[in-house]
Amino acid sequence: MATTPASDLLGMAQRVASGAIKVVDLTQTLTQEFPTIVLPPEFGQAAPFRLEEISRYDERGPAWYWNNFSVSEHAGTHFDAPIHWISGKDLPNNAVDTIDPRKFIAPANVVDCSAESAVNADFELTVPFLEAWEKKHGRIGAGEWVLLRTDWSKKSYAEYAGMREDGAHTPGPVPEAVKWLVEERDVHGFGTETIGTDHGQGHHFNPPFPAHFYMHGKGRFGLQCLTNLDQLPPKGAVIFSAPLKIKNGSGSPLRVLALVEAA
Amino acid sequence: MTEPLKRPRRKDPLKRTQQPLYPQSIRSRTAHGLTKAAAAGRFELQTCDDCSTVFYPPRDACPTCLSERLPFKTVDNRGTLLAETTIRTSTDPYFRERTPWRVGLTKLDAGPVILSHIHGDVLEGQRVRLDLKLDKGGAPVMIALPEKDTPNMADDPHLREMTCDPKFRRVLITDGRTPVGQAMARAFSDAGCNIVFVGIADPWKPFPGQDELRKIERVEIVPLDVTDSESVTEQAEQNGGRIDIVVNTAEHIRAGGIMQRHGVTVAREEMDVRYLGLMRLAQAFGPAMRGRGADGVNSATAFVNLLSVHALMNWPQYGAYSAAEAASLSAAQCLRAELRSGGVRVMNVFFGPLDTEWFQIVPPPKVTPAALAKAVVQALQRGLEDVFVGDIAEDVRARLAANPKALERELAG
Amino acid sequence: MGALKDPQGNARLPYDNVVVCAPVTVPYVRYSTDTAHWWIGRALHQLTKTAGIAPKDIDGLVLSSFTTGADSAVGMTQHLGLSPRWLDHVPMGGVSGVVGLRRAARAVQNGDAQFVTVVAGDTNHVDSFRKTLSSFSRFAQDAVYPYGSGGANASFALITKNYMNKYGVTREDFGKICVAQRDNALSIPFAMMKKKLTLDAYMKARPISDPLHLFDCVMPCAGAEAFLVCREDVAKSLRLPAVKLLSTIERHNAFADDPIQVRGGWAVDVDDLWQMAGVKPDDVDLLQTYDDYPVIITMQFEDLGFCNKGEGKDFIRQHTFTTDGTFPHNTSGGQLSTGQAGAAGGHLGITEAMRQLTDQPIGKPVKDAKIAVVSGFGMINYDRGLSSGAAVLARAS
Repeated sequence: MATTPASDLLGMAQRVASGAIKVVDLTQTLTQEFPTIVLPPEFGQAAPFRLEEISRYDERGPAWYWNNFSVSEHAGTHFDAPIHWISGKDLPNNAVDTIDPRKFIAPANVVDCSAESAVNADFELTVPFLEAWEKKHGRIGAGEWVLLRTDWSKKSYAEYAGMREDGAHTPGPVPEAVKWLVEERDVHGFGTETIGTDHGQGHHFNPPFPAHFYMHGKGRFGLQCLTNLDQLPPKGAVIFSAPLKIKNGSGSPLRVLALVEAA
Repeated sequence: MTEPLKRPRRKDPLKRTQQPLYPQSIRSRTAHGLTKAAAAGRFELQTCDDCSTVFYPPRDACPTCLSERLPFKTVDNRGTLLAETTIRTSTDPYFRERTPWRVGLTKLDAGPVILSHIHGDVLEGQRVRLDLKLDKGGAPVMIALPEKDTPNMADDPHLREMTCDPKFRRVLITDGRTPVGQAMARAFSDAGCNIVFVGIADPWKPFPGQDELRKIERVEIVPLDVTDSESVTEQAEQNGGRIDIVVNTAEHIRAGGIMQRHGVTVAREEMDVRYLGLMRLAQAFGPAMRGRGADGVNSATAFVNLLSVHALMNWPQYGAYSAAEAASLSAAQCLRAELRSGGVRVMNVFFGPLDTEWFQIVPPPKVTPAALAKAVVQALQRGLEDVFVGDIAEDVRARLAANPKALERELAG
Repeated sequence: MGALKDPQGNARLPYDNVVVCAPVTVPYVRYSTDTAHWWIGRALHQLTKTAGIAPKDIDGLVLSSFTTGADSAVGMTQHLGLSPRWLDHVPMGGVSGVVGLRRAARAVQNGDAQFVTVVAGDTNHVDSFRKTLSSFSRFAQDAVYPYGSGGANASFALITKNYMNKYGVTREDFGKICVAQRDNALSIPFAMMKKKLTLDAYMKARPISDPLHLFDCVMPCAGAEAFLVCREDVAKSLRLPAVKLLSTIERHNAFADDPIQVRGGWAVDVDDLWQMAGVKPDDVDLLQTYDDYPVIITMQFEDLGFCNKGEGKDFIRQHTFTTDGTFPHNTSGGQLSTGQAGAAGGHLGITEAMRQLTDQPIGKPVKDAKIAVVSGFGMINYDRGLSSGAAVLARAS
């Protein structure tokens, strides 16, 4: 085969086709039942996914089946753009339609805290934890995703949402850890299996919802409601995560794919 | 003595379901004055404004003085049953399969002689109370009841044809997350429902009162989200064939008008819950209910809509909410027409501000969820169609009847 | 109450020189696939043949029918090709015959028309009885039909029950009338009921609406009746056997304050009937009552003055009602045995009385019949029959 850059790309396609590169689907199926973020009821709410049949080989359309769907930009497996948060509101190219499409492909570091989260739903991702991880797997590179593996995607919906009287109880990063990732490691973005990129009790942090505040404040991205992170290596996976091109959109449900070298 | 109703046995699944029929329901325009009274549970007859003659059947001229001023007014419903007959054969298909059927002539103390159905505990020559009911076809009819209540009188088969008594029936309360839904579950359990299905949307999301709800006798929690067509369809596929009463408790209450509401997201949710939600329930549960209107002692009997009285006149303080309620009311009227052929009643229950968090800043009087639930059960037991619960609801009804324009201005504040 | 007089003290004008002739009965059938128009057409056709006149000679018409649909008497003139100068539509059910007769008599007497044909006919499709019931009247629609009666049976059951309670008349008494009528009907070829009825069979018949049983009720059928009203000299010139009209009465919605009907409007006008006729009840040779139910027959015995109110049961027990009985009554079998051909049921008694008084009965003759009374009753609107009428007919000398 040729050895030009173009042929590298074709080579990759061939390796995907042959299975030498594994494609891992990090996306939850969009369903009506999948939990969405819950805000106090007096606030506007993210619409859950809804599907309305237009026709199904019936009097509404005899030979075809199709649906209308409605959904919030922030439901199911979804992408957060910088414009989503007030800290990123004035950044250039901060909406899903203006983000440089090159940014939709980036390598990933998968930080496994599934064991810690299993015993503590309030597990906090800290700088020391990240440093310990780097010691074991290598430094987190600039322009790379950090994906938090908690195995949360394997839980029942009730456990997944973790709703209690004092709010959600799900793992997530403390402010210092997010700040460190952005300022010390210049990461591409932060991704989680949980409903949000932030800790379930993130509204009590300072600043509240630090993953949103710091990441989007510096033009970085978020991915949430990911699944199958347990199929990714700590390092080496490449993430394809192109949101819908919604005009001035703050995010969107999307298909997130990871390319992994087959073992 | 009325034989107490026995808990219906499980139906033979191979048995053909009796198709619903209803008595002739065409009425003259004037006779719909009786429809109006019966729908609200009042006993009203035309009473001449000029000569005070009380008369029946409804007329357009006073049979005493030819006056045209003949409003329907509440009159004394006591009288004497002069003669009765037991109809053994009828050309009317509805009655043909229900004979023997007793009817009689009652001389009311107020004057007129009235042909009526007869409760089983009433005998010829006795003193009776006449009641105005809606029959299976939603048309107004008279029934002679015992002078004083008798044991198990609601179980009388003639009377039960004209009511929607929850006893031994299976009810679906569409949203059990709210205080109203939970109060409703309690009230229907107490009223002797065989099963109280209670719909819960987003079961992953905990809600206050859920433990108590689960403890209520004969309550069965089922997944149901009226904003999700698939969820509603699935629930109907599961239980639609055995639901006799639907009580739509799904609510969406937010303060605010039209202009200062920022965008339409919330309004869309309101319409999704209150208008489209009703439509989804109607599409999913309606056809089976309409087909089961004559399915024995626990036939399908009622679809209950809980509506803000401001469905009838917008309350700008809750203006967008009022609009969604109005849409729901309009849909309910359509549903009423569609369910009527099955003998299934659509009952609209209008309430004023509830004593719940969403009306926190509204001053009393307010309707407690328990009071609302009690009113719904009683209205079904009486077989009503339009029910106003609480002082505000009654007030709005009266003012609307008196002068809608005044009410509009006054509600605007 | 005496005869109604005008302010000058004049009594009602007698029907001088008015006669009734050419009785026509189109033989009844239980169900007909033909229309009311067909039945009315047959009756008129037969009448013109009997009378020896042409359709164009008919210059007056009184029509009664429940089943002409949207066609009024006016529409029927075009349908039938008639061009009358005098037309009346009498939708009064069982009193239509008497009322049509008295309207026609005055028209002839006053010269408004020469040949007034009084015709009534109804078809009976398999479903027309039920359809007629449900749209019979506004009160029936609003306040009767929804109560399951499926017709007048329940309403008359209540009247019957109350009457029995109040006056002690028994089912056996009513049965005696019905059995006699059946005997009379056995000689009528087109009678619906062709089998002799015994009192035992009457008593044991299927209950319809207590206390009414099967043989208390008429059988709806299709049929038509007609007769001609004209001047006596005209009838003579046509060589038509004719009867004289001595008097008539008519009353609607009488005794509205009676909680349940125990008397009909005849009781208001009965003195007028006899006074105008110049005869008394004892002179009557045969009576044709409107017999939709035996209780109404009994009321007519009382209200027409054959006995006092409340003595109907004694009257029944004292008399026999067959053609050869002590009180010949409904000698054609009446509607109870011959059938109720819709609005023609009110004309059945008139044509039968005419035939008896002209010696041309279809069934058995009443001996030496000279005076006949025909009574009509109609239109149960809500809880009672509203219309009553009666006529006294006499054999032409």
